[in-house]
Amino acid sequence: MDLKEKLVSSFMAFEEQIDVHSELHDVRTSAIKNFENKGFPTKKEEAWKYTSLNAVLKNDFTVFPKHENAIEFAEVKKYFLHEIDTYKVIFIDGKYSSFLSATTHDGLDVCLMSSALNKPKYKMIIDEYFNKVASKEESLTTLNTAFANEGAYINIPKSKVVEKPIEIIYFSTGKENALMVQPRNLVIVGENAHVQIIERHQSLNENPVLTNSVTEIFAQKRAIVDYYKIQNDLQSANLIDNTYISQKQESRVSVHTFSFGGNITRNNLNFYHFGERIDSTLKGITIIGDKQHVDHYTLVNHATPNCESHQNYKTILADSSTGVFNGKIFVEKEAQKTDAFQQNNNILIGDKATINAKPQLEIFADDVKCSHGCTIGQLDESAMFYMQQRGIPKKEAKALLMYAFTNEVIESIKIPELKQRITKIIANKLGVNLGFDL
Amino acid sequence: MLKISNLHASVEDKDILKGINLEIKAGEVHAIMGPNGAGKSTLSSIIAGNENYEVSEGEILLEGEDISELAPEERAHKGVFLSFQYPVEIPGVSVTNFIKTAINEKRKANGQEEMPANEMLKLIREKSELLEMDRKFLSRSLNEGFSGGEKKRNEIFQMAMLEPKIAILDETDSGLDIDALRIVANGVNKLKNENNAVLVITHYQRLLDYIIPDFVHVLMDGKIVKSGGKELAIELEEKGYDWIKSELV
Repeated sequence: MDLKEKLVSSFMAFEEQIDVHSELHDVRTSAIKNFENKGFPTKKEEAWKYTSLNAVLKNDFTVFPKHENAIEFAEVKKYFLHEIDTYKVIFIDGKYSSFLSATTHDGLDVCLMSSALNKPKYKMIIDEYFNKVASKEESLTTLNTAFANEGAYINIPKSKVVEKPIEIIYFSTGKENALMVQPRNLVIVGENAHVQIIERHQSLNENPVLTNSVTEIFAQKRAIVDYYKIQNDLQSANLIDNTYISQKQESRVSVHTFSFGGNITRNNLNFYHFGERIDSTLKGITIIGDKQHVDHYTLVNHATPNCESHQNYKTILADSSTGVFNGKIFVEKEAQKTDAFQQNNNILIGDKATINAKPQLEIFADDVKCSHGCTIGQLDESAMFYMQQRGIPKKEAKALLMYAFTNEVIESIKIPELKQRITKIIANKLGVNLGFDL
Repeated sequence: MLKISNLHASVEDKDILKGINLEIKAGEVHAIMGPNGAGKSTLSSIIAGNENYEVSEGEILLEGEDISELAPEERAHKGVFLSFQYPVEIPGVSVTNFIKTAINEKRKANGQEEMPANEMLKLIREKSELLEMDRKFLSRSLNEGFSGGEKKRNEIFQMAMLEPKIAILDETDSGLDIDALRIVANGVNKLKNENNAVLVITHYQRLLDYIIPDFVHVLMDGKIVKSGGKELAIELEEKGYDWIKSELV
């Protein structure tokens, strides 16, 4: 039985084991039908032209792990931003770990999707937001919707400035031979509220993992959301991240995606505008090697006037790694005075590395400013010579240059401890000790 | 200090240097002048070890040791410094952090401990004052958004920090206004002593009013065709390079 059949046939059993109200049942049922019709995406589809899931799907994934697994904090401390106090919503093999988490209901909700979906007091909110911005067509998103049950539920009330960042971490222990998990996160940020969120998926041993994650983010008027995704997983881990963002007027949402490891990583990042003077930021740093594959598939849908979007993706590819950047900007007829900017710079340092870069601008308004720039190159030799001339050996000079290349994106990280952490990961990736804290 | 003999070099099968002979002793300032395309910048790049050029013949001795097979960083560690005509921008790495890295790499290569932080700070303060550099300048990203003058001043600041045996100034006067030129030249003159040497590469005589050479050489078509004292530079400024050509014929 292949994975698709396994998932479809287990849907009934899944629905029976949890008590859900009928609206949710309807949402799930139509979602599984959509997935059953479409199946997993293949390279024949334009959106998946450069990324094949075939090899990954051959694994015999367990889709509902039976055991609750525990991890000692000391084992995984390094994956937390432990230098500062944070809220934490932590999952182990798809199940919530109360032991590692630090949730709250005090003035804001940082808790579990399973509670929100199943407890009557959240019903109104779920009816209003759940699956409202996520695609009802895209097969992997609907697959997630069909099985949506666990993940982080975050609701920030009006005018609340959340002092501590929120960490959402999904650990895989590897106790199953191969594991598929489908986290579902819902983030609602009220008017004038401000929140910072860090999301991470981390395998703890080499058994294959397939994560098909969906996150919906709703930013109300003038809300500020800074979302950071850290992808630095093992070679056996595969991640499909589907993030959908709905923004109301004058809200500012930024998503930074740091892709440093994993087997196949696909980031579907979608921004939708509902109101004027919205600001959307999409930034990413990708540094990979071996046969790793990272695919960024972004969409900014400008539907309203006077909004801005800023995209900046930096990619460094070593060995036989592959990168994909497909950045779509859609400017509807009504979206006059749109200011949309897209930048995508790629450096290939491996002889067998490949980048597929595709900016896609579709503009139907006539008074807009849209610009995009895409470069593909090698490390600047004259810059290398300059640094070597100052006595900096080749390897360190390369690292310094690559660091400089990613600097624009690093500079916009708003949590200082996270910024330090990311620069350390980068220095580590580049295999150098630069002798000073970057 | 530096002895170059019968140096031939090419890039992509095109001969650029066709047998250069040059000896610079400790305590001396030499200038190489010549028309565009004569091979001046190639010569400075090759002394510093740029791997884009193929050295087919000849040798480069630094204090008697052949350095022509060494990597650029190894030559730097032995005391070769090249002030670039077009210094490179490195975003996110401050002037201070860059020079700290350079100094400590040099010390490491020479078997020394890293320079203690307070000593480093003192040295940075001292040398930046010599180049009349603002304190804020030191925390800016290396060369990013620097004016032409600031870039060149920063080059000489790095030279002051690294204390090379042989400093090659490649077109250091290009893009400089008169004040910046004075500051840069003043810096070079203060750093000059009996144990080091300076090679000035320039198209114009202007810089040589401030950094006074002991010897002037004319490089044309990959060869040194004439050598003399500082008065040769003045003569070249007045008459151009054509008279040398006709003299050669």
